[in-house]
Amino acid sequence: MKNLLEIKDLKVTFPTDDGFVQAVDGVSISVAPGETVAIVGESGSGKTVTSLSVIGLHNRKVTQITGSILVKDKDESLDIVSAPLDKIRSYRGRVVSMIFQDPMSSLHPYYKIGSQLAEAYLVHHPGKKEEANKKALEMLSLVGIPEPQVRAKEYPHQFSGGMRQRVMIAMALMNDPAVLIADEPTTALDVTVQAQILQLLKDLQKNLNMGILLITHDLGVVAQVADRVHVMYAGRIVEQGNVDDIFYSPHAPYTLGLLKSVPRIGSRGSERLKAIPGQPPSLINLPIGCAFAPRCEYISLADENSCENLRPQLLGNSDSHKSRCHVPEEKRDKLFTAEIKGART
Amino acid sequence: MSSPLLSVRNLQKYFPTSRNVGFRKEKLQVKAVDGISFDLMKGETLGLVGESGCGKTTAGRTILKLIEPTAGEIIFEGQDITKLRPGLMTPLRAQMQIIFQDPFSALNPRQTVGKIIAAPFEIQKVTPEGGVKKEVAGLMQRVGLNPEHYNRYPHEFSGGQRQRIGIARAIALKPKLIVADEPVSALDVSIQAQVINLIDDLQKADGISIVFIAHDLSVVQHISDRVAVMYLGKIMELAKTEDLFTAPHHPYTTALLSAVPQPDPRGERNRERIILKGDLPSPINPPAGCVFNTRCWKVQEVCRSKTPELLTVGKSQVACHFPE
Amino acid sequence: MPRFILRRAYFATLTILLVSIVVYGVFSILPFDPAALTCGQKCTPAIVEANRVKLGFDKPLWQQYWLFLSGIFLGRTYGAGSAEFTCPAPSFGYSFNENMCVTDMLAEALPVTINLAIGAFVIWITVGVGLGLLAAKFRGRYPDTISSVFVLLGTSLPTFVTGLFFLIYVTIKWKIVPLSLEGFTPITESPVKYLQYFILPWLTLAILYAAFYTRFTRATVLETLGEDYIRTARAKGLSERVVLLKHTMRAALAPITTSAGLDIAGLIGGAIITESIFNLAGLGRMTLQAVYEFDLSVVVATTILAATVVITMNLIVDIAYGYLDPRVRMK
Repeated sequence: MKNLLEIKDLKVTFPTDDGFVQAVDGVSISVAPGETVAIVGESGSGKTVTSLSVIGLHNRKVTQITGSILVKDKDESLDIVSAPLDKIRSYRGRVVSMIFQDPMSSLHPYYKIGSQLAEAYLVHHPGKKEEANKKALEMLSLVGIPEPQVRAKEYPHQFSGGMRQRVMIAMALMNDPAVLIADEPTTALDVTVQAQILQLLKDLQKNLNMGILLITHDLGVVAQVADRVHVMYAGRIVEQGNVDDIFYSPHAPYTLGLLKSVPRIGSRGSERLKAIPGQPPSLINLPIGCAFAPRCEYISLADENSCENLRPQLLGNSDSHKSRCHVPEEKRDKLFTAEIKGART
Repeated sequence: MSSPLLSVRNLQKYFPTSRNVGFRKEKLQVKAVDGISFDLMKGETLGLVGESGCGKTTAGRTILKLIEPTAGEIIFEGQDITKLRPGLMTPLRAQMQIIFQDPFSALNPRQTVGKIIAAPFEIQKVTPEGGVKKEVAGLMQRVGLNPEHYNRYPHEFSGGQRQRIGIARAIALKPKLIVADEPVSALDVSIQAQVINLIDDLQKADGISIVFIAHDLSVVQHISDRVAVMYLGKIMELAKTEDLFTAPHHPYTTALLSAVPQPDPRGERNRERIILKGDLPSPINPPAGCVFNTRCWKVQEVCRSKTPELLTVGKSQVACHFPE
Repeated sequence: MPRFILRRAYFATLTILLVSIVVYGVFSILPFDPAALTCGQKCTPAIVEANRVKLGFDKPLWQQYWLFLSGIFLGRTYGAGSAEFTCPAPSFGYSFNENMCVTDMLAEALPVTINLAIGAFVIWITVGVGLGLLAAKFRGRYPDTISSVFVLLGTSLPTFVTGLFFLIYVTIKWKIVPLSLEGFTPITESPVKYLQYFILPWLTLAILYAAFYTRFTRATVLETLGEDYIRTARAKGLSERVVLLKHTMRAALAPITTSAGLDIAGLIGGAIITESIFNLAGLGRMTLQAVYEFDLSVVVATTILAATVVITMNLIVDIAYGYLDPRVRMK
């Protein structure tokens, strides 16, 4: 297996008061060394559930999960979906690490930064206290925290938001993981601090040859750091491809709609935004056909009634660029590329 | 030139805070808004941008006198309302409304949507032509809600729809001024565009003046006629939107613009990015001189000693000793 | 931090002083003649007047208070000549009913109450926190169900019901714990007699408080388990045991300590019902008796003592909170 992470046909279902929710439906994603793979989607698209299940952090008591999540650790690989919890724990923080959206609440308020970092090392290297402390200081300075010896003895509330996210990153890197999952890592931060953190992630990846799985709703962040992109809508991947494919010749109407609806800094200042009409569907009562059909303006280009009645497959003329849509790909390719060009200038 | 709808002069809002020093309490002040001035014309949208803690939200609420200003003047339609007693503010409140960021916590969960939107009529004791109910149904239609949902409760609506409810409430009394405080930042991208368009349409139709507060420069660029960039309670740059985005004069504006990632991977790869060092200083103890001097790459000795005035540079107003 | 403690101690002292003024004032303006209460049935106006002068009740109220206050620090001498007697410092007055200095009465009663409170506390905190943790860990499963039954019973049964049940069944009918006839025996003298004296009162109080603490711990732990930093702890690969016992309990410790401190203070102030049922010669029973007998100097003294314990405990809890929560400590 050359990939560090291979999610295949992942399905996650959990019960709510109103019925069963299919939060993730048949998602396949892989991450290779040195590569940043993004999952983009709005709230309820299933991107966060996907990312949590990669380290088995979904609620195991109520969640039904099928498919496979293969994680490679040197010569062996583990299927997170079927592996026992003990085994999964030995991978968490060592082979796959995760950083979260809110660095404010993600650090324990009562423990010193240094000891929280050292703990991450000690879990997987029991008894090696001195090594752990040394590594903690090393990581703090790696992520650009000045005076690590002093700061290690401080508590999270003494750090600013940006510094806390750096601490979270340092903690995630304590065991030199192969894959880093970053769940909205800059959403809670200001733009100037976001720029610092994104730059840091890029530099670290280059030096450590990590694979990064980036979960975000921000197309700007994706454009800046991702190599490959998966666009999710209502629990399914509606389009996947290289970052340039997605942004310059999108094939899924939803991707196109998203790209047209984001305001961009540029010349077309006061022009009206092209909003996607309507609301995302409820995951409890998904339409039987294409989940995006009720909001889609290209239905007339597809075979009659196919969008309403038939679930589209994730297909594409090229292996690297696939999408779910009943409209023939040739038609979409030309039409959407032209539309997106119009939106950019 | 017509007179402005709203003039703000040297507006200050300091929040008292304290720190224990032995047996004494040392009194300190959070300088949330520290001397901002601007005019807002009729039918104009002024964007107020800045990062968290820059004072933009406090500024918005102080303008509406939801918070009492510490110093300065607020002149609304030629009348100085700075020191106006709450009782005398009430009739003016019909003219000035606010839209909040979090559409869920700003709506009373125990009231029906119809009641929420009708509340301004009750408070101001106004009966619109054709009755409150008909007026509310009309408002719901205008903001893109189904008037049949009159008797539903806020939790039955999605985030975008709740923001529409907030907007309907705000425009109910046909105000002249609306302060929109991060109205779309809690919404998903596809919904965000709908709400921005809605605000845009309503403004064009009714000629409302809007102070649009946001941290997202792209959104602000889209909706504003002019933009004020705030940093640590002060306006750093104030300019027509086009001028600000094509020719920023203040280093902070430049850095801010450079930091916003755009949905354009090729552009992103070739972009020269200015990455500011460090974090925002504390508004309790802002740096002397220019407040931006701790993070500025053009900083000189004078920046640490002398506070720059907001002066005209080119077509913009800039508070910088070394404007670009 | 030491400055913070000093500051708080200073305010605590002021509060205690204020409380003493209020308590003294309230009991002095009650429509009783304290001097008349000092002599028995064969009372003549002359004896009353003599006692009035002897005890200082003839003086203006503020002087009386001043004498009371200075007595705490300097001791106090009553009467004159051959009838002169002294209550050495700290003197809280003199009880005519008992013919004793109040301080000596307190010195006898306080150890009983403190032993009662501390022992009950050890039991309730162990049971309460333990059960609460189990209930949170196995939420919705049988340990949670069992603990919720315990919580329901414990919180709904008043101490006079559980206390009487223990006394009537466990001691008198089933004779599991023999009736303690010798009164309070320090643990250093005879651990068996000590236990005999305290075990049932302890259980009576502990059941009630343990029920509260089970519910409180369960709620706090469940809330903490939902925190983002607990997810971070799991993402590090920590075992569920470490997540629960280290990361979660560390966060739950501060609120539990706070309310435990205040509850102990409350018990020292007066476990009146329990002390009365088991006939423990503690502060609560002493206060109750003093109230029956209009022994005002005792009531004033125990009220001020209870207030002082509560205020001091508050101070201790605040300081402890500062050590437990670094966010408070830094301010």
